[in-house]
Amino acid sequence: MEKNTQTWALPRQSMPEQDPQVRRSNFKEVPLGYTEQAAVMEAKRCLQCKKPGCVQGCPVAVDIPGFIQKIADGNFDEAIKIIWRTNSLPAVCGRVCPQEIQCEGACILAKKAGAAVAIGNLERFAADRARAAQAQDLPAKEPATGKKVAVVGSGPSGLTVAGDLVLKGHDVTVFEAFHKAGGVLVYGIPEFRLPKDIVRSEVAMLERLGVTVACNQVVGRTVLLDELFEQGFEAVYVGVGAGLPTFLNIPGENLIGILSANEYLTRANLMKAYLFPEYETPIARGKNVVVLGAGNVAMDAARTALRLGAETVRIVYRRSRTEMPARGAEIHHAEQEGVEMFLLSNPVRFCGDAQGRLTGMDCIKMELGEPDASGRRRPVPMPDSDFHLACDLAIVAVGAGANPLLTGSTGGLKLNKWGYIVTEEESAKTTRRGVWAGGDIVTGAATVILAMGAGRIAANSIHKYLTLGW
Amino acid sequence: MYPIMHREEMSGGTVVLNEIHAPQIAARAKPGQFVILKANETGERIPLTMADTNPGSGTITVIYQVVGASTRLFKTLAVGQGYDDIIGPLGKPTRIEKAGTVLCVGGGTGVAVLHPITRAFKQAGNRVIGIIGARTRGLLILEDRMAAATDELHVCTDDGTYGHHGFVTDVLKTILARETVNQAVAIGPVPMMKFVCAITREAGVPTLVSLNPIMVDGTGMCGGCRVSVGGENRFACVDGPEFDGHKVDFDQLMQRLGAYRAEEAAIGAEHACKIGR
Repeated sequence: MEKNTQTWALPRQSMPEQDPQVRRSNFKEVPLGYTEQAAVMEAKRCLQCKKPGCVQGCPVAVDIPGFIQKIADGNFDEAIKIIWRTNSLPAVCGRVCPQEIQCEGACILAKKAGAAVAIGNLERFAADRARAAQAQDLPAKEPATGKKVAVVGSGPSGLTVAGDLVLKGHDVTVFEAFHKAGGVLVYGIPEFRLPKDIVRSEVAMLERLGVTVACNQVVGRTVLLDELFEQGFEAVYVGVGAGLPTFLNIPGENLIGILSANEYLTRANLMKAYLFPEYETPIARGKNVVVLGAGNVAMDAARTALRLGAETVRIVYRRSRTEMPARGAEIHHAEQEGVEMFLLSNPVRFCGDAQGRLTGMDCIKMELGEPDASGRRRPVPMPDSDFHLACDLAIVAVGAGANPLLTGSTGGLKLNKWGYIVTEEESAKTTRRGVWAGGDIVTGAATVILAMGAGRIAANSIHKYLTLGW
Repeated sequence: MYPIMHREEMSGGTVVLNEIHAPQIAARAKPGQFVILKANETGERIPLTMADTNPGSGTITVIYQVVGASTRLFKTLAVGQGYDDIIGPLGKPTRIEKAGTVLCVGGGTGVAVLHPITRAFKQAGNRVIGIIGARTRGLLILEDRMAAATDELHVCTDDGTYGHHGFVTDVLKTILARETVNQAVAIGPVPMMKFVCAITREAGVPTLVSLNPIMVDGTGMCGGCRVSVGGENRFACVDGPEFDGHKVDFDQLMQRLGAYRAEEAAIGAEHACKIGR
């Protein structure tokens, strides 16, 4: 591709963003998207490698050079079709994937020119443009097989399984416990990072393809997994996520004003409590907010608290900046908006008033010792380093565990010691015939795209089973 | 939509009964379990323990007190209209056993939740004594149904307008002094459950209580409904809603129920206390 050899050295096209001082008080999306011109410019930086590392770096193996070439040619309609072949949620992935450690991390330009091709931004551009143009061209479906597949959970892995299998001609029903489909994409990730209209339109796309989405279905309560087989489903995919909040188990944790990140974000995102009282679900609005934990969920909670009017928002984390699990971009966005980092600090107890409301938190300073089992340096308390942090809202974002609601009511599923479902890595098969599992209920809390990757593996295996046998 | 098939107002319109078409839930629900209802797009998810189910007609019955914005909205729903979303059955069913003599104590709209449990204990072959109470005669609900479900029913009103003049705890003490009771169930306002449990603890009578803390998802995901039981945190939605009343920290539960009092006041609710719901 000779033309590209002259353009790769151009600077990476940055995506315009809402000004931090403006956006910290609204829920509108932060990055504003590429113009067509910027997208074409960026696409032209791609070297069209013969052995593209980016594709290997993508858990669902999107033909990245292929779609980028179409954007470079100005053929945007073809670009999205190439993506849709292997990814049913491009508008989501373009926004929330950790591209820097996946496709973009493997881009040769990262080393050669100092900045990888902005693959995520280009994917987002292609998907947004198709949505704005209301592209009605559905991907081609194979003839109906008459085989029924149940997908439990409508998060990213479930939607991927549904999208893949409906294209292969199977009859797919997605069971969702909440009243809206999308799983973590609707209850977890905030509007300013992933507008809910986008999730709705990606789900609507699957419905147009023929997927049935059944909400208010708590599998394990409303219907048992065993009964799905009785109802004629021949294969069941379990993608219920890691929906069990972890608390700190320190004194005072039941004071009013201490919430799990799951609760706080579900109120804000799924129930739209940020629009209270127009939407009836209330949400705690703290003046001085602390967020415990330093992953992406913690950043989401911190930035939500700012937007709900907090005067100070502090991330309190027991390790140092290097160990923070959140994406660099999320930390950067949070700091730009005014979130403060209280690193190497560990809460010891919560303090409250006579009415049982949170007033502050006693903490201790930490220092890093030898590496622990996770390979990260273990934080150790520093003697006589206690300090008090006044706060009226504390959001606990220290991870999530396996919710036993489904696994506890279903026989034949082998679980590991943490309660996650044991699967065969290359097929996502569980120990029970006809049941597959993937996403956070297998791996523990991870990313959207890894869940989608697991969904892809499962979908291939399910298709093989339905056509050839277990 | 889950349509309302039948509707009644009780206690001068402060309590409403809805019989709702929800066949999937009706087929599976057992006494003690709850559902979450959401009226419309902007509505809140409200947990209510079922007062009855009819698998034959595919209906479930809920009885709620009109106490805040959401229940005021529920009250506007007429027969033929309905709820956008109902999720259930949630929580663990009551463990119904043949214990001998079972004492079922209910206050306010808690009587609605108590009734199917009382009936189940009776059907399991227990001798069942009921005590129900309300602030005043006009607020008393389901007296006839509780009478049918028990071998002996005592009615109390705080103001003496009907039955025993005083609290359910007065009658409770009399009965415990009179005979051996093997199991108690107390469902009603948190202070009532607290005082009942204080008495039955003294008497050594195991006591179940059904709790209705603030919750969002009802599937163990948010942890908002955590209650301290025997010093350990339990989630009412999946570990409950029924717990050993002798181990529940009622004072903390009462405080946590008030978490959103300011917001509820802001939305124009009258006193948005959940007591008596």
